[in-house]
Amino acid sequence: MQAEASSISSSAAKRVLPGFGLSLGVSLFFLALVVLLPITGLFIRAAGMGWEAFWFVISDPRVVAAFRVTVLTALAASLFNCVFGVLMAWVLVRYSFPGRRLLDALMDLPFALPTAVAGITLAALFAENGWYGQALARVGIEVAYTPLGIIVAMAFTSVPFVVRTVQPVLEDLPGEDEEAAMSLGASDLTVFRRILLPGLWPAIVTGGGLSFARSLGEYGAVIFIAGNSPYISEVISLMILVRLEEYDFPAASAIAAVVLSASLLLLLAISVWQERSVKRLHGA
Amino acid sequence: MATGRARRVGDNTATRRTLIALAALITALFLFMPLVVIIAEAFAAGWSGYIGNILDDYTLDAIGLTLFVALLTVPITLVFGVFMAWLVTRFQFPGRKLLTALIDIPFAVSPIVAGLLYLLLYGRNGWIGEWLGRYDIQLMFAWPGIVMVTIFVTCPFVARELIPVMQQQGSDEEEAGVVLGASGWQLFRRVTFPNIRWALLYGVILTNARAVGEFGAVSVVSGSIRGQTNTLPLQVELLYQDANVVGAFAAASLLAGIALITLVAKSIVEWRQDRP
Repeated sequence: MQAEASSISSSAAKRVLPGFGLSLGVSLFFLALVVLLPITGLFIRAAGMGWEAFWFVISDPRVVAAFRVTVLTALAASLFNCVFGVLMAWVLVRYSFPGRRLLDALMDLPFALPTAVAGITLAALFAENGWYGQALARVGIEVAYTPLGIIVAMAFTSVPFVVRTVQPVLEDLPGEDEEAAMSLGASDLTVFRRILLPGLWPAIVTGGGLSFARSLGEYGAVIFIAGNSPYISEVISLMILVRLEEYDFPAASAIAAVVLSASLLLLLAISVWQERSVKRLHGA
Repeated sequence: MATGRARRVGDNTATRRTLIALAALITALFLFMPLVVIIAEAFAAGWSGYIGNILDDYTLDAIGLTLFVALLTVPITLVFGVFMAWLVTRFQFPGRKLLTALIDIPFAVSPIVAGLLYLLLYGRNGWIGEWLGRYDIQLMFAWPGIVMVTIFVTCPFVARELIPVMQQQGSDEEEAGVVLGASGWQLFRRVTFPNIRWALLYGVILTNARAVGEFGAVSVVSGSIRGQTNTLPLQVELLYQDANVVGAFAAASLLAGIALITLVAKSIVEWRQDRP
């Protein structure tokens, strides 16, 4: 209703408010120059290689291994964040307790902290002689310089996504069905699973998708803790840099074109999904 | 608690306490301890060691370059963000949704890919770079390249903060202003700006935090020449790889400080928005 009203008023505003031409010009010029031109350039470069050369680069076993490592670790990190994110959103929205504001503020730390800083810090924590590394070594778990380290780094940098998408949805969830089910004697878990989760699901998928997209391209936080050994703990963004340092620009472009396509498709999928679930929920 | 409100999921004390404890424990271990480590490592050689590391010539140069890059980046993305938000929240036109989706692209692009995009275009072998090279203009492996990729990486922040706020506000006040004969600039300064200043401020703070901390994209285009194209995050990496861990964490502590200021600013801005 509100959205409808505002869209009516702003379509009327088209004739009233000044600056349409100027703001359209500035925005289009900026987006074309800063975003679209460089992206088009990469795709043209990669297309210019020819299919065979492109395939030769992409099917290289080391590159394939890097893709596999990146996708699997990003998946694991996003799954962790889906669970942790829902827990955090739940606690921050439903309960009031001393320190809630601090906990809330800390959720944004991974976005505010530069990735290189996160990288060396996590590496220091999880290294053999680090605070966590020592404790984990006693139970035989090695995190630093293994794929597990990559998961930790990716999970850290993408913590805010699920929390921040689920939080507002949870705040707005109507309470009637939940309260009715509770008064009829259903258990907490049943009500959560059957009544609350369906309402939260779109937000969880959106947040998880964003977290996955971010993790696919993560570099700064990962390289310090990953060990970066080819075939085992080398992520795809590092692979691009490796090719670049060999002055193999075509190979770097080809790999980057694949990564970029994946990110853009993910972004598209997430926004389509978001739009559909908003429509479904609000019946518009 | 029992003020006549119906019982809801997770209301019973045991569940409540368990969930809060679990959330606090994971947050402490995963998000708070890293901050403690940064401080502990940075001061591992005491106060004088810390000051010595910060006042290291190369670190000071890196701080200077980083501030310079942020100083150029923030105003540019600020102007773009305001125009963009004005465009998509105040007018209806075909392609508006597509345009709004385009702003998010830099968020989804891997930093390394972002750096490569610019290197391919403006590097010595790139289309534009080759042409510029004939006039002896070098953008990559120099500060302009760093500024360019930083603009790419940070351009969505201001727009993203402004759009929801301006959408919610609607344009009634501005339309009234037009009827009363305000010019475009007067309209923005007197009517729009007072309504969006907190979101704008937070957008600027976010942009600044990211501009100062960008690592992947900058490392592709900088060439990391000590004292010349080394930003603070690159200096952190360099020191770390030189096995000067204390020095690396001393430099990192400055960036962590900026991150903390960002978090505090966000809390203040949210608090101000709740009670206008």
